[in-house]
Amino acid sequence: MNTPLVSLVEAGKTYGQLDALSAMTMSLNEGEVLGLFGHNGAGKTTMMKLILGVISPSSGKVDVMGMAPDSKEAWHCRSKVGYLPENVSFYEQLTGLEVLTFFAKLKGFTKKQAIDLLEQVGITYAMKRQVKTYSKGMRQRLGLAQAFIGEPKLLLLDEPTVGLDPIATRDFYKTVDQLKSNGSSVILCSHVLPGVEQHIDRAMILSSGKLLAMGTLSELRQQAALPVVIKPSGLNGAVAQDSKLNAFLTDDCQNTLMVPEHEKLSVLKLLLSLNGLDDIHVESANLEQVYQHFLLKHELSEHEQVKGGQS
Amino acid sequence: MKQILTVANKEFHDGLRNRWLVSITLIFALLSIGLTYFGAAASGAVGVTSLSTTVASLASLAVFLIPLIALLLSYDSFVGEQESGTLLLLLTYPLSKSQLLLGKFIGQGGIIALATLLGFGASAVLLYFQLGDADIFSAFGLFIISAILLGLSFTAISYLISLSVSEKSKAAGFALITWFLFALAFDLALLALLVGVEEGVTQQGLTQLMMLNPTDIFRLVNLAGLESSDVNGALAVAINASLSQAQLISALVAWVVLPLTLAIYIFKKKKL
Repeated sequence: MNTPLVSLVEAGKTYGQLDALSAMTMSLNEGEVLGLFGHNGAGKTTMMKLILGVISPSSGKVDVMGMAPDSKEAWHCRSKVGYLPENVSFYEQLTGLEVLTFFAKLKGFTKKQAIDLLEQVGITYAMKRQVKTYSKGMRQRLGLAQAFIGEPKLLLLDEPTVGLDPIATRDFYKTVDQLKSNGSSVILCSHVLPGVEQHIDRAMILSSGKLLAMGTLSELRQQAALPVVIKPSGLNGAVAQDSKLNAFLTDDCQNTLMVPEHEKLSVLKLLLSLNGLDDIHVESANLEQVYQHFLLKHELSEHEQVKGGQS
Repeated sequence: MKQILTVANKEFHDGLRNRWLVSITLIFALLSIGLTYFGAAASGAVGVTSLSTTVASLASLAVFLIPLIALLLSYDSFVGEQESGTLLLLLTYPLSKSQLLLGKFIGQGGIIALATLLGFGASAVLLYFQLGDADIFSAFGLFIISAILLGLSFTAISYLISLSVSEKSKAAGFALITWFLFALAFDLALLALLVGVEEGVTQQGLTQLMMLNPTDIFRLVNLAGLESSDVNGALAVAINASLSQAQLISALVAWVVLPLTLAIYIFKKKKL
């Protein structure tokens, strides 16, 4: 029952000399939303292509719904997979409806379902217009509608919210949550997006084809051991005088305390006991900071490796 | 099969929407009607000239136009989709590479075939009303069939180009070079061979060399019925040793099937 929907075992892909992805091991369960983060060229798209079966791994094994996605047997599974590529521009001369009907028919669905999907992403009003008249946001919505064809079991979305306005972004996440509760698995691929945190179960951070970190957000926060930022106001220098609180003060900013996660509560208690405190702002490390932490750590270790090799 | 038809249908609609069908049909119709009426103007008469001269002048025009139009229509059909990202997307669908390629071929080939049929068919109908001779349809039938095959052949050749390059602009350049080589340079080279090298090639050898160029096969099909005094260049020599029409048509069919097969092979090997 609990076999993962997608699993990669030591899967790697090389293009000539370039290691696009090296020995990646991961798995994705049914109904799980995985965030895939990394710079351009980090291997996100390569990993997606491997899972989609468009390319075959140079080493290791890829398994989707119990079979290799690049094999002949996996053919019928393809209509259960939805994909939104990065920067796709659809056939400009055709109308939105024609484009979506074309894709729906390829997956064995009808024009009727295409219209329903256009309604779901909110561009029914423009479906009789040629795609070349669409704005960036409308094109992105059309791309999403295309990925949602046939209520896929597995969705791979490359930069899904690029060009979407805040309302469309909210609608998009609502759809993702809805698909998730229907048992679909989603892989969201992006540079770090604000607002993605509450919608993903786990995050993967990639850099130059290597896995830097994987886990739930709280696990990653723990691994990164990033401090909690506490900003009290109205204390008039009382913090600087307190010998215990003094240690957490940052150099550049007078009123900001950087506190390790495990000391958070004791520091907060101390602050609350001080007179004159009129407001307090507590902020745990967000996804972006966690991401930057891991990238920085990776860069530093690579730097040292280069140095070590030279000496 | 359903997948192939879905792709073909979409390509055909694309061709309609781009006004390709209308413009090609118009060009063909205007040219052929013009030639039918004014083809004899050089000899001082205006009006319908003889059937064989009409077909001959149509053929010598079509031999330049059809390859050019076919190459223009399809040079970007793969590299263009690759650049816009839809090729990658399509390959994640339950659609094989050969289905995609054949679908495109049927759709775009359909545009060329229909335009040829309507454009040149118009002047056939016109001639029939003028001359009232039922032979017109058999003569034009052969002309139109060979013209369609020529168009399909260059559609397949442009797929080869489109699949082998990585940028649209390069594909355009290669398409132009291909046109130049097949439509112009090949014949000049043959002529140079005939004149320059004495006893270099036999008549038989020349005809065989011509099988290497679909435009020459097309010429042979349509000019074979003419007096050789009407025909200039290397062709005049070849016509005397001409092959049967059935052989020529099958050579043209081979020029459709072979590039298409090769294109499928290249597409399957292609990395994305």
